Amino acid sequence: MKKFMNDVDAMLTESLSGLSAAHPELVRVEFAPTFVARAHPAADKVALISGGGSGHEPLHAGFVGRGMLDAACPGQVFTSPTPDQMLAAAHSVDAGRGVLFIVKNYAGDTMNFQMASEMLEIENATVLVNDDVAVENSTHTTGRRGVAGTLVVEKIVGAAAEAGAELVECKALGDRVNAATASMGVAFTSCTVPAAGRPTFDIGPAEMEVGVGIHGEPGRRREAFRPASRIVTELLDAILGDLKPARGAEVLLHVNGFGGTPLMELYLLFHLADERLKAEGLKLARSLVGNYTTSLDMAGASLTLAILDAELKALWDAPVHTPALRW
Amino acid sequence: MNTTSIVAGIAAAQRALLASEADIESLDRAIGDGDHFINVRRGCEALAALAPQLTGVAPGPACQQIGTRLLSTVGGASGPLFASFFLAMGKELDGADEADARHFARAFAAGVEAIRQRGKADVGEKTMLDVLIPVARLLLRLTEAGTDLATLTERLKEEAQGGMLATKDMVATKGRAHFLGDRAIGHIDPGAKTCQVMIAALCDLAVSPR
Repeated sequence: MKKFMNDVDAMLTESLSGLSAAHPELVRVEFAPTFVARAHPAADKVALISGGGSGHEPLHAGFVGRGMLDAACPGQVFTSPTPDQMLAAAHSVDAGRGVLFIVKNYAGDTMNFQMASEMLEIENATVLVNDDVAVENSTHTTGRRGVAGTLVVEKIVGAAAEAGAELVECKALGDRVNAATASMGVAFTSCTVPAAGRPTFDIGPAEMEVGVGIHGEPGRRREAFRPASRIVTELLDAILGDLKPARGAEVLLHVNGFGGTPLMELYLLFHLADERLKAEGLKLARSLVGNYTTSLDMAGASLTLAILDAELKALWDAPVHTPALRW
Repeated sequence: MNTTSIVAGIAAAQRALLASEADIESLDRAIGDGDHFINVRRGCEALAALAPQLTGVAPGPACQQIGTRLLSTVGGASGPLFASFFLAMGKELDGADEADARHFARAFAAGVEAIRQRGKADVGEKTMLDVLIPVARLLLRLTEAGTDLATLTERLKEEAQGGMLATKDMVATKGRAHFLGDRAIGHIDPGAKTCQVMIAALCDLAVSPR
C-alpha cells in the first residue's frame, strides 16, 4: 500500500486540517468530537447537516458553505460518524429554524443519525437518500443505497434553505429530489482502506463489478470488462427503467468518478450518456462531471440522472460557495 | 454477576476477538466492506481504557457507561447496535449490585431486544441476531430451569455455533451484505461470527474464571 500518510490513525485529522487550512474563509474544523462547519455561521435559516464515513471526499465536508451544507460530520474511513459528532454539529450551527439531517441510506449511518435525532432537543427532520438503482430489492428499509445523487439533494435543498424555506419544506423538497434521482456505478478496481492495508476485494484485469457501492463493497454482478458504450447502455437502462422520465423531460446528468479514473474517461462517459439521452428524447438541462462522491482510490464511475422542473433548475443554479462546488 | 465480572468478561471477549482477527476480517472482505474488525478493535480499545474507571460502579450504571462510550467511539453499524445492547442491559440491571443468573439472563435478553429494534432485523436475515436471539432465548430457558453452569455454558456455546454457521446459507436482507443478493450465500456473516466468538469466550470465562 502506497498512500500519502504518516500514522494511519492521524490520517483523518491531518486531512481535515488541510481542508480547513486551504479554505479558511469557507470552513472551520472542530475535533473531539469531529465536525466541519461554515467559517461564517449562517443566521435565520434551517441548518443542513450531513455526514458519513470518510473516503468519499469531497462529499460531505467539501460541500459545507453558503448555498449548501452548514456542517458535515466525517466518520472514520467508510464508517458512519457517531451521534455525539452530530449533536455537537447541530448545537454549533443551529440558527433557530431547526436542523435537517441529510443521510445516505446505510445501516450504520441511519442508526447513528437516528440516535442523534432522538437525543437532539432542537426540532429536526431527516432526508434519507437512496438513489442507487443497482440494488434491485428496494422493499426493505435498508434497501437502496445513497450514492452520488446525494450531492444533488444537498445542493438543491441547500439553495432552498439559504432562500429561507422552512424545515418541513426542506424535508419535503429533499424527499422529492431523492425520488427524482437515480444512480448506478461500475468499478474496475477495488479500493484500499488505509487501516486495512490491502484491497477490499479481488478483481481480475478483465473483470468489472457492476452496481458497485461507494465503499468498495462488491456490487450485484461480476462481469467481463466491456467497451464504454456497452457499460453506459447497461447503467442507463437501469436508471431510466427506474426513473421512467416522460419524453421531453429535462434532466441533470452527473458523471461521477470514484477516485481512480481520469477526467478524460469521465467526459467520454458523459458524451456517450448524452447521446443516449438524446435518443430517448430527453433534454439535457444541467450537467456535472468530476470526482465528487469517491471511494478512495477505486477506478470506476457512476452515472446519476435527476429529473428537473423549473423550481429544481432554479435551485440548482442558485449560487453555491463551498470548497468543492461553487458557482 | 457484578461489575468486576462484566469487566473481566469484556477483557476475555477482547482477547478472543483479537485471536480471531484473521478469520473475521476475511469474512468481512468477502461480503462486507472490510471495516468491521477495525470498528470492533476500536470498541475493544475504548472499553479497555474505560475499564479502570468502572471499579466500584454498580453493574447498571457500568453498562450505561459502556454503552455511552461505545456510541461515541465506534461508529458504523456496530457502534449503535452494541451501544443499544449495553444501554438496555444497564437499565435492566439498574439498582442491583449483584445479579443472579436469572436476572443476568433477563438483562441479556433486554440487550438483544434493543439490538433487534435498533437494527430492525430478526432471525434469518444473516446478521449477528442469528446468534444473539437464539442464545438469549436459551439462556432464559436454562436459567429458569436451574441448569448447572457446566451444562448451561456448553449448550450456549453450541447454540451460538449453530446460529453462526446457519448464516452461511442465508441471503442477507439486512446489513451491508444484503446488497450482494444471492452472492452472499455460502459466506458466514462476520457480525454473527464476532458474536459467536464473544459468547464462547464468556462461557469459558464463566466456568473457569481467571
